[in-house]
Amino acid sequence: MSDDAPLAYRLNVNGTNHDVADAWLGESLLYVLRERLGLPGAKGACEQGECGSCSVLVDSTLVCSCLVLAASVVDRDIVTVEGLGKPGSAAALTDVQQAFVDAGGVQCGYCTPGLVVAVHDLLDHNATPSTLEVREALSGNICRCTGYGRILAAVEQAVTQRTNAAR
Amino acid sequence: MSVASDTRIASARRNGVIGTSPTRPDGVAKVNGTFAFSNDLHADGMLWGATLRSPHPYARIVSIDVTKAWKIAGVETVIIADDVPGVLTYGLISQDQPVFASDVVRYVGEPVAAVAADHPETCRRALAAIEVVYEILDPLLDPEIAIAGTHDAIHPLGNIFRHQPIRCGDVDATGDVTVEGTYEIGMQDQAFLGTEAALALPDPGGSGVELYIATQWLHEDRKQVAACLGLPESKVRLTLAGTGGAFGGREDISLQVHTCLLALRTGRPVKMAYGREESFFGHVHRHPATIWMRHHARDDGVLVKIEARFVLDGGAYASTSSAVLLNAITHTQGPYRCDNAVVDGWAVRTNNPPCGAMRGFGVVQACFAHESQMDLLADACGLDPVEIRLRNAMRTGDRLITGQVVESVAPVERCIRETAALPMPAAPVGGDDGDPLHLPGGTGLTADVGDVVRGVGWGVAIKNLMYSEGFDDYSTARCRLADGVATLEFATAEVGQGFVTIAQQIARTLLGVDEVLLEPMSTNVGSAGSTSASRQTWMSGGAVDAACRRVRELLFEHVGRQHGIDPLRLAIDGTDVVDTMGDLCLPVAAVTADGLVIDETVEYHHRPTADLDENGQGDCHTAFAFVAHRAVVDVDPVLGLVKVVQIATAQDVGVALNPLSVIGQIEGGIAQGLGLAVMEEIVIIDGRIRNPSFTDYLLPTFLDAPDVVATLIEEPDPQAPLGAKGVGEPPCISVTPAIVAAIRQATGRALARVPVRPQDICGL
Repeated sequence: MSDDAPLAYRLNVNGTNHDVADAWLGESLLYVLRERLGLPGAKGACEQGECGSCSVLVDSTLVCSCLVLAASVVDRDIVTVEGLGKPGSAAALTDVQQAFVDAGGVQCGYCTPGLVVAVHDLLDHNATPSTLEVREALSGNICRCTGYGRILAAVEQAVTQRTNAAR
Repeated sequence: MSVASDTRIASARRNGVIGTSPTRPDGVAKVNGTFAFSNDLHADGMLWGATLRSPHPYARIVSIDVTKAWKIAGVETVIIADDVPGVLTYGLISQDQPVFASDVVRYVGEPVAAVAADHPETCRRALAAIEVVYEILDPLLDPEIAIAGTHDAIHPLGNIFRHQPIRCGDVDATGDVTVEGTYEIGMQDQAFLGTEAALALPDPGGSGVELYIATQWLHEDRKQVAACLGLPESKVRLTLAGTGGAFGGREDISLQVHTCLLALRTGRPVKMAYGREESFFGHVHRHPATIWMRHHARDDGVLVKIEARFVLDGGAYASTSSAVLLNAITHTQGPYRCDNAVVDGWAVRTNNPPCGAMRGFGVVQACFAHESQMDLLADACGLDPVEIRLRNAMRTGDRLITGQVVESVAPVERCIRETAALPMPAAPVGGDDGDPLHLPGGTGLTADVGDVVRGVGWGVAIKNLMYSEGFDDYSTARCRLADGVATLEFATAEVGQGFVTIAQQIARTLLGVDEVLLEPMSTNVGSAGSTSASRQTWMSGGAVDAACRRVRELLFEHVGRQHGIDPLRLAIDGTDVVDTMGDLCLPVAAVTADGLVIDETVEYHHRPTADLDENGQGDCHTAFAFVAHRAVVDVDPVLGLVKVVQIATAQDVGVALNPLSVIGQIEGGIAQGLGLAVMEEIVIIDGRIRNPSFTDYLLPTFLDAPDVVATLIEEPDPQAPLGAKGVGEPPCISVTPAIVAAIRQATGRALARVPVRPQDICGL
């Protein structure tokens, strides 16, 4: 952006500090993650906080990154879908991610990263949600392919695995 | 097979072969965020592109001044119609749509200019700085006026895309009972989540271009793009970028030509990516339709004759309107026998947004009308909705109103009976008895459980598969077997449906290998045709099947030569080549470990089809699939709110090659059909889309999606290469009329229009 004063700041994403240089103040967190930090996991699909495809965690709160100004979350702890897996093993999937693959919760996959982040957030707050609680918690994440049935099955798989592991 | 008791993964079957449900090859990348969708792509030195669009439904362009846009720092180029080096228009069937409008604009959102700049915000400012002077013209917005011919032609090709009659049997026949109605279907959006995006990389000197694109048909895109660029097709190379859904909305050209033009003009990589609002203007939608039908029947409910008139508003440009109309009118009768018909169909040009392909492709519109009529007929004859449908159910060998004999397996009666046998949901609970989220309107106590009325409704559908009317529809696949690994190459657009999984399953089954690699989908290999018309399992599945069979033949010849055995005695058993009349048993991996490479490319064509004649007679379709839906809804009749509680369905799938994928298609299609029934409509006022956002265009969420109980009817179709029918479209077709019928039963309202709005239920 040649006409505007360039901005420089630092974001902490997935436990790593990232320097952002020559940025425009108006850039959303979604844009900066995708276009400046090489983290395209969060997707843009509505730019209005309606579809949840851009879901990330900021200080453990689930947010639509399309509605957050990047420069407003300096010094905050940002976690994207890329940061959910075990550190140091890029190939490893979380239980939720594996459940989406196993249960057929993925078709085109565009909503998937946002849903995966939202399901982690749900299960972190409610380890044994009822079906209705799952539907309510994920009602801000739109999926156009699956009709949600296999996503529900994926969540159930993850819940069952965690419940069994805790026994 | 019911979803709840899916036991198809038989222990005797090797996992990953046909009939099992292996995981998607792209699944891991899609859940961890590394799968590259088209708008995730990036290239060094890349510029952003953006499009200036018409704010008027119909206007003459007096002047375009781009001087101020050029002066903005960071702007690298600004292009208008004069900068198009090749053919100035494009289109799937009729090349009537300009790359950029030059003399007149014909719809709100029509591209007028494009820019390339260093940042999306720079692009936005550059577009705002382009000065276009318009002379407003009187728009044609009413399709009936287009038919009447009382408005000047808004395009040199006229205002009628197609008028097609069907005259069948005794056109003067009458029944003991007649019922009639006029039905309206609103404009639905595909609303694929991954909005249009592409990355174009120019060859040095502008001699060619490479385009990474989310599309449904790479080779058709290449044909149209190359023509507009004035380049030979060999100089335009397309590779499928990750595609975030399609549902028909990526059949037409959107930003393909613009992106390539900007890249060639600047000599730099250019990325274009629509936002959601622009996406609503940037692709075609489902045709809004007005359909009048009159059904004649004997007093026992058996159909005698159907009269119908279809009017489809195609909007400003042709897209696939003529084919959508063909589909609509040739499905007038639905999945029912009828010997006599008088049908007239019109698809017309207006200054409304262009319409074209969306999942169901004309049959969605026809089905809402014919199923509404079947319910009226049931009432008139004193029959219940199931009985009237059973009495008229089509069978294999019946003749359609086009004269075509239905050669496909046609288990209509079975679809209905097995749907009826599925369990009904529990009675409504809410308020003090349960969570209010179960009630229509959800939380907020908008409905009281005592006021909620339950309704049940039915819908049954027939859907043609593959392309029609003489189109030489084919797909190409290459199979290479070496070192115990099969590698497949095809240009089949994977848009989410899971063809990549099916392709691997076919190769594993036929070649006895576990590892099946997939080359990128691109124009390096022959055309696969379009990912539409429920055709890729049949067509590209057929091509992969044929390529693998050819490779297997050559493998058997090789083994036969080596061991002195007639190759016809050899077979694949698990992962071994075995002699069916002897002891020989060699692992495929071992046979192919000695440097043997077998590499074959095969085309699969479906059987030829014919045009319709002037009476609408002809064998225009290839094959058919069938489905039944039963909807259970809870309605708050005071506030007009609907909760779709459950959809039961039995679908004719031929063979479920991957049962989990089939269920995914069924559940996803049902959600889209639910959307059309009670939520989704692009609202057009004075030619303008008034709700181009996900805030105002309502899509089914997790809370709107019903419970789905499904049975797969598996009767292998002898015409289909794998016995399997396409399963993508049927789920979204008859679910819409089933839901509306259920609301009618609950409320007593006639409800002749979808989507059903609260005011329709309240009678306001």
